[in-house]
Amino acid sequence: MCKISEIVQRARAAFNSGRTRSLQFRIQQLEELRRMIKERQKDIAVALAADLHRNEWNAYQEEIVYSLEEVEHAIKKLPEWVLDEPTEKTAQTQQDECYIHSEPLGVALIIGTWNYPFTLTIQPMVGAIAAGNAVVIKPSEVSENVANLLATIIPQYLDKDLYPVINGGVPETTELLKERFDYILYTGSTGVGKIIMTAAAKHLTPVTLELGGKSPCYVDKDCDLDVACRRIAWGKFMNSGQTCVAPDYILCDPSIQNQIVEKLKKSVKEEIFGPIMPIVCVRSLEEAIQFINQREKPLALYVFSQNDKVIKKMIAETSSGGVTANDVIIHLSVHSLPFGGVGNSGMGSYHGKHSFQTFSHRRACLVRSLLKEDPLKGRYPPSMAKMMRH
Amino acid sequence: MEHEVQRVRNAFLSGRSRPLRFRLQQLEALRRMVLEREKDILAAIASDLCKSEFNAYSQEVVTILGEIDLVLEKLPEWVTAEPAKKNLLTMLDEAYVQPEPLGVVLIIGAWNYPLVLTIQPLIGAIAAGNAVILKPSELSENTAKILAKLLPQYLDQDLYVVVNGGVEETTELLKQRFDYILYTGSTAVGKIVMTAAAKHLTPVTLELGGKSPCYIDKDCDLDIACRRITWGKYLNCGQTCIAPDYVLCEPSLQNQIVQKIKETVKEFYGENVKESPDYERIINLRHFKRILSLLEGQKIAFGGETDEATRYIAPTVLTDVDPETKVMQEEIFGPILPIVPVKNADEAIKFINEREKPLAIYVFSHNNKVRVGWELTTEKYSFDTFSHQRPCLLKSLKREGANKLRYPPNSQSKVDWTKFFLLKRFSKGKFSLLFLAFLGIVAALLVKAGYY
Repeated sequence: MCKISEIVQRARAAFNSGRTRSLQFRIQQLEELRRMIKERQKDIAVALAADLHRNEWNAYQEEIVYSLEEVEHAIKKLPEWVLDEPTEKTAQTQQDECYIHSEPLGVALIIGTWNYPFTLTIQPMVGAIAAGNAVVIKPSEVSENVANLLATIIPQYLDKDLYPVINGGVPETTELLKERFDYILYTGSTGVGKIIMTAAAKHLTPVTLELGGKSPCYVDKDCDLDVACRRIAWGKFMNSGQTCVAPDYILCDPSIQNQIVEKLKKSVKEEIFGPIMPIVCVRSLEEAIQFINQREKPLALYVFSQNDKVIKKMIAETSSGGVTANDVIIHLSVHSLPFGGVGNSGMGSYHGKHSFQTFSHRRACLVRSLLKEDPLKGRYPPSMAKMMRH
Repeated sequence: MEHEVQRVRNAFLSGRSRPLRFRLQQLEALRRMVLEREKDILAAIASDLCKSEFNAYSQEVVTILGEIDLVLEKLPEWVTAEPAKKNLLTMLDEAYVQPEPLGVVLIIGAWNYPLVLTIQPLIGAIAAGNAVILKPSELSENTAKILAKLLPQYLDQDLYVVVNGGVEETTELLKQRFDYILYTGSTAVGKIVMTAAAKHLTPVTLELGGKSPCYIDKDCDLDIACRRITWGKYLNCGQTCIAPDYVLCEPSLQNQIVQKIKETVKEFYGENVKESPDYERIINLRHFKRILSLLEGQKIAFGGETDEATRYIAPTVLTDVDPETKVMQEEIFGPILPIVPVKNADEAIKFINEREKPLAIYVFSHNNKVRVGWELTTEKYSFDTFSHQRPCLLKSLKREGANKLRYPPNSQSKVDWTKFFLLKRFSKGKFSLLFLAFLGIVAALLVKAGYY
């Protein structure tokens, strides 16, 4: 157990050495990460197959490609992201330099999960490295093979002190959470999310929690049911339903329920054999909205309709982490859109630039000259004298 | 308490805080409240902090008015969805981020700037469309009472509620579920707030404190530097979260700095500081005694006079301060300025890095490589803090062909196409759009031809 403490201390010392600060270093580490993903693709696919019975192509399309995309995007954009952002000035600061300077937080902890064990650890890691942090990685012990693989290959490509992988179950994770981190990103359940945030509170560590929830899927009467059901079935049964943003249940008018069941069955028969998802009948869009709002805010919300007004109303009157209309899941694939939850489905977000910002401290800076003191005279006491002049 | 929070939640669920028009109207009412009841508000602040009304106005009221004006101007722009950059596969879809209210927000204010630190966050929370429970600090009693009296006279009485009380009431309040908590105060209580928030997975913004260091370089106009530091340090009797807490400088500068600060103090507050209407008092006896204890064993270069009856502590400067002593262990939050000599800028940096990250850092130098830092609160950040930025991707039910790529059964060729679409970047410009359109057609044709 004391080994965990040592590993974290070593990561902190490595961070304090200052070597993660240079843009060049970060890009080089990201390039190594990219090389790792490309060179070890087969090993990764084998591990995913062992943990989740996923075939090689699905391993690529559902996980590896997203990690690759994230790291490539970061490599390309990082020189731009690290630049100071000038901000709007007030009347009193016209002569000064006002900008936001992004800087690393220090040592970040990323706790992965088992349903997409590779990408849900690697994608946040990209952001944390890009932002210049040291990163302690704790893959989920449930997806054992990927966890072991990460512990083997990451130190073969990346800086060994800055990006250690710590494996283990509940006792090891509990020990890990006693250490002080400068940021924690956790993906998993609401229950454990509360434990993480409580542990983080002891050190005032900010967190991003990517949790879950029942993502509703409203299917309007005015809609191409064939297409809708195919897309829903794809999202639902992907990874045997083990996707945090999978459409969890359907809300629809009773008159189309049977059709939906038939069309879902057809899609399912063609692909995987699995259980049909729950369908709750509602009489109207308003009732669907009410149903959704009576429950915890989900991670994703789906609405199928040809009628733009229906879509806009559903979005305007509900809340959720994110939305895809007329399809499922893919809002995740647009990295200019932040990925995260709200309420019980989580807090904070990442992907693309949002990852960089999540793992950075955006520091407000005002640079003034020591000359030009006159304009400031107005703020100095004594004030009575000024009052008398008026 | 539960009842009160439920009432506010029901008001939020009614939906009336959401329309832009309503939010603007509430903010206008807030502005009216501050303008019409200025005298009462200033009197309350003045009595809490022994501050002159003029200073209460320029330190607090003017900031609020400025914030409201800016939000009224910018809100229509802020509430609009922000379009997001698309990739190849979502080229024909609508992708945007829509800010939306979180629900019921709890704002816990502080006593040192009792108006600004409650009302400024309130402005952002209202602007973002939330309902708000405001808990002003009980230490600035008069301001707490006046807010409880005035807010319901101007704002929606069910959406924006003031709850007053001490530790007991605040603890009860923190057991309730909120959708966001913004707390201003100490690090210790910050941990308590975050722990309570964790039970409901409530995101928080914690505005805490710390010891904000002030480095004075040799290459610097000492007159101006010392005047600005004196102003920032003794403002509100040192009770400012971003006040320069202590000074780091080379030993050779110490005496000059002391001299110049002494002169500036005289210029600002006169010969008899106690009689200056511009010099405030310590908030209460507990803090007065706490600050006094920091003087033990210190070399007082000037100042050090105190009067318990009026909670007066004179502007004080300490020299050759030992970093291990009490005055350097906790945030001073009072009119005592320790000077800690360091050899050079590098040593100053090392000194700062060995300690907890402060809220602000100040650097005085002509040398460009060394910079001045000052915390800015820009108004849009309030709005963003109290909003959920919801990503939305709107697709059409047509063009299903393009989706075939992702459906099982999978194959090597599908994987290759995926690589092509996701990993190639497309740059702007008419040519690339044309090329993309061409690609789109090709893809559609290939799908039709049953290529996969």
